[in-house]
Amino acid sequence: MILDSKIPAGPLAEKWTKHKFNSKLVNPANKRKYEVIVVGTGLAGASAAASLAELGYNVKAFTFHDSPRRAHSIAAQGGINAAKNYQNDGDSVFRLFYDTVKGGDYRAREANVYRLAEVSVKIIDQCVAQGVPFAREYGGLLSNRSFGGAQVSRTFYARGQTGQQLLLGAYSALSRQVANGKVKLYPRSEMMDVVMIDGQARGIVTRNLITGAVETHTAHAVLLCTGGYGNVFFLSTNAMGSNVTAAWRAHKRGAYFANPCFTQIHPTCIPVSGDHQSKLTLMSESLRNDGRVWVPATKETAEKLRKGEIKVNDIKEEDRDYFLERKYPSFGNLVPRDVASRNAKYVCDEGRGVNETGEAVFLDFRDAIKRDTKAIIASKYGNLFDMYKQITGEDPYQVPMMIYPAVHYTMGGLWVDYNLMTTIPGLYALGEANFSDHGANRLGASALMQGLADGYFVIPYTIGDYLAQTLPKPIDANHPEFIKAAEEVKNRISQLLKIKGKKSVDYFHKILGKIMWNECGMARSAEGLKKAKAEIKELKRDFWADVKVLGTNEELNLTLEKAHRVADFIELGELMIDDALSREESCGGHFREEYQTPEGEALRDDENFAYVAAWKYMGENQEEELHKEPLVFENVKLTQRSYK
Amino acid sequence: MQLTLKIWRQKNASDKGGFATYPVDHVSKDMSFLEMLDVLNEELTEKGQDPVHFDHDCREGICGSCSLYINGKPHGPLQTTTCQLHMRSFNDGETVTIEPWRAKAFPVLKDLVVDRYAFDRIIQAGGYVSVGTGGVPDANEIPIPKTIADLAMDAAQCIGCGACVAACKNASAMLFTSAKVSQLALLPQGQVERKTRAEKMVAQMDAEGFGACTNTGACEAECPKGISITNIARMNREYFSAVVSSENL
Repeated sequence: MILDSKIPAGPLAEKWTKHKFNSKLVNPANKRKYEVIVVGTGLAGASAAASLAELGYNVKAFTFHDSPRRAHSIAAQGGINAAKNYQNDGDSVFRLFYDTVKGGDYRAREANVYRLAEVSVKIIDQCVAQGVPFAREYGGLLSNRSFGGAQVSRTFYARGQTGQQLLLGAYSALSRQVANGKVKLYPRSEMMDVVMIDGQARGIVTRNLITGAVETHTAHAVLLCTGGYGNVFFLSTNAMGSNVTAAWRAHKRGAYFANPCFTQIHPTCIPVSGDHQSKLTLMSESLRNDGRVWVPATKETAEKLRKGEIKVNDIKEEDRDYFLERKYPSFGNLVPRDVASRNAKYVCDEGRGVNETGEAVFLDFRDAIKRDTKAIIASKYGNLFDMYKQITGEDPYQVPMMIYPAVHYTMGGLWVDYNLMTTIPGLYALGEANFSDHGANRLGASALMQGLADGYFVIPYTIGDYLAQTLPKPIDANHPEFIKAAEEVKNRISQLLKIKGKKSVDYFHKILGKIMWNECGMARSAEGLKKAKAEIKELKRDFWADVKVLGTNEELNLTLEKAHRVADFIELGELMIDDALSREESCGGHFREEYQTPEGEALRDDENFAYVAAWKYMGENQEEELHKEPLVFENVKLTQRSYK
Repeated sequence: MQLTLKIWRQKNASDKGGFATYPVDHVSKDMSFLEMLDVLNEELTEKGQDPVHFDHDCREGICGSCSLYINGKPHGPLQTTTCQLHMRSFNDGETVTIEPWRAKAFPVLKDLVVDRYAFDRIIQAGGYVSVGTGGVPDANEIPIPKTIADLAMDAAQCIGCGACVAACKNASAMLFTSAKVSQLALLPQGQVERKTRAEKMVAQMDAEGFGACTNTGACEAECPKGISITNIARMNREYFSAVVSSENL
C-alpha cells in the first residue's frame, strides 16, 4: 500500500485554508443522522467530542475512568505554546513551525506542523472564552514564559497546573453537550476492539468495567484519542492506567503504527527510590528556567557525596560542573529534552551521579533564590517545590533538587494522513495517539497544543469530508461483524482467566519495562536491541502460559483489566524494537550508539532515513511489514541541530 | 516497618461488606500509601486471594481518582491526596483503618471504589460557559485583574476527588459545587449565565442526595487542594441573589 498523506498542494501558509475550503460539507440537517464514537476524554477526546456535538453530530464518548475529568492530560504542568507574539519578542506562526520541525529533528511533516502552529493562536482564545484562568500580568493581560527549547516567550500557563485547567475547560464544554443530549457518556468502559464492515471502521467493542459486560457500539466514524504508550516501560510519568490497548487493537485490524520507537525521555523527574516504585513523578520543565543543572566535577567528589561524607551545599563553586551551560553556552539549561536527558545519562555513566543509586543530577535554585528572593521563586514554582518535598522528604529551598530522566511521552503512534485518518477508512487518531506533529522529539508545552488543535480545530473540518461521502443510514448493530468481534473479545477474556498460572501481571510488566528501558531507552544499539527482541518473544510465551489472573469477568476486576493492557504492551515492545533496529541513524529521542558525531550528538542520516516508518500488522507472531512515507522539506533547511 | 491494615472489603454494590485484617511487613518509609497497597495486593495475588480494589491513576495528586478514608480522615493524616501520602507519616506497629468514601450520593461499587458520577452531573447542570468552538474574541480582549484571575484559579484547582463530601458529617457537596460556581462568577466570561448557573447547580446538588451545609468547615480542613470555604459563602450569595431576581423562574 502506498501511504498517501493527502497533504494539499500549494504554498505552506495556504495549505490548511485551501484544504478547509476543498473539504466537503455535511448538510446541517443530515448531521444529526451521523454517529461518531470518541474513545478517550483527555484534551483531544473531550475537545473533539464537544466540538463535533456542537456541530450537530451524535457523539458517544468512552472513557475507562470514572469521569472524563480524570484523563492523564490533567497532569500536564508547564504550559501550552501559541504563536501569539504578545511579548513582542519576534515570535510568529512560522517561527513556532520552524522550532517544532527543528526540535523534532526533521522527522515530522511540514504541513501538519505548520497547521498546528497556525491554529495554536485560536486555542488560547477558545480556552480563555471558556473561563480557563490562565496566569495574568497586573495590567490584566495574559502572562507568558519561555519553555524548554524555545528562545521566545510563547508559553501560556495556569500555575503549575496548565493541563488540569485546559482539560477542565474541555470537560466543561463536553459536559454542556452531555446536558444538551448530543453526547452520550460511557464512563468506566474500556475499548477492546474496532469493528470493521467492508473495510471501514463502523463501531467498537467495549467492556463495562463494573459488570464485565462485553458491548458493541455502532458509528459512522471512530476517533481514537487514547493517549500514548509510555507505560510499556513500566516506570514512566504516565498515569497508572495509561495504555496502548485501543491503538494496538486498531493496529491489529489494519491501522499502521508509525515511528513506534520515538519515545521522549523527560530530563526532570524525581529519581527512582526503590523496587516498590510504581510510577515516576515529573517536575515541570519550567524549573529549568531558573534552576541550574550540575554534578560534581570529579568522580571522587561524587563518591564522597553519595557516601554522605560531604554535604551538597559545601561543594565549592569550582568543584561543580554545570554541564549543560558548559557544553551548550547559548541554550544552557534550556536545551531540548532529548539533549538534556542524554547529557544527564552521560555524567551519571561517568560515575558523577549524586544519589545513592548514582542515577541523579542536581537541579539547583540557590542562585535564583539569591537573585530573585525566595518569595518570587515560591510564587513561580511553589506547588512543585511542595510536591517534591512531599515525595522525597527534602526541602528544595534549602538543598538542590535531585532529578533524573524518565519516560514521559511517545511521539510515535497510529499513522494518520493530513485529515488525521488512519489507514483504516473512518478510523481517526488524535492527540498523543497519533504520530504526526512532533517528529523524533517533542518540544515542551506542545502536547497540550496538539491535543487541543486536533480536537477543536482540525477534526471538525476533516471528518465532514469523510462523512459527506458516507450515506447517513443507521449502522446495523446486528451485523455479523459486530457479533464476531464481540465473540473474539469474550474468547480472549476467558483465555486470560483460564491460564491460572503462577506469576502476577505486574511481574511481567516489570520485566518488560526493564528490557525496554535498558535496550530501547535513552541509548540503543543493534546488539542490545537484538537481545531484547529475543527476550520479549520469550516473555510473551511465558505470559500466555503462566500469568495469574484472579476473579471472574463479571465484576470489577483490576487484574483482568491490567492483564489485557500488559499483553498488548508486550507485543508493542517487540515492534518498538524492530523500529529502533531498522532506523540506522540517531534523531531526537532515538539515539543509536553506532550513529553519533564525534561530540556525542545525534547523527542523522537524511539521505536514507528522512521518512516515517509505518508498520503493518501481518498476523500473530509474524514479522511486521515496514512501509515508508518519505518526508519532503520545502520550507526548512535540514541542519544538524546545534544548541551550542 | 510493620503495620496492621483493617480494610473495608465489599464484593459489589449489593454486598453488605465488612472489615478484613491484613498484616504487612517490609514497609519502607519512602513508599507512597498506594505503593504499600500495591505490595499487599501482590501478596494477596500470590496467595490466590482477591486483591483490594481502589481507584487511583495519576499518582501525582492531580487526577482526583484516589479516595481512601484512612484512620477516620479522607486521604489520611496530611492535607494531601492519598497518592501523595507517604509511609513516613505512619509509625511502626500501627493499625491503619482504610474505608471508602461514605456518602449516600457515592455508592460503593467494590471494596474502596465508589461511584462519583454525581459530581459530573452537577457540572453538567451548569458548570461551564456556553461558548461553542470558534468565533470567540482574541484572548487579550478580555482583560482580567490579576487578583481576580488568581482567586478564580484558587477555586478552579478543585480535583473533584470528593474528600469534602467524605469529611462532612452531612455528606454535603457545597465545597465542590461552590468551587466551580465561584470560579465562573469571578470571571467576566461567566457573567452572562451567572444566575442560572448557581440555581441549576445547587438544584442538581440537592437532587443527587448530598446533605446541607452546617458550616463545620471539615471540608476545607480536609481538602487536598486547599479550596476555601469562602467559596461556599460566595455561592450562597450567588444563589440567593439569583433566586430573588431570576429571569428563569
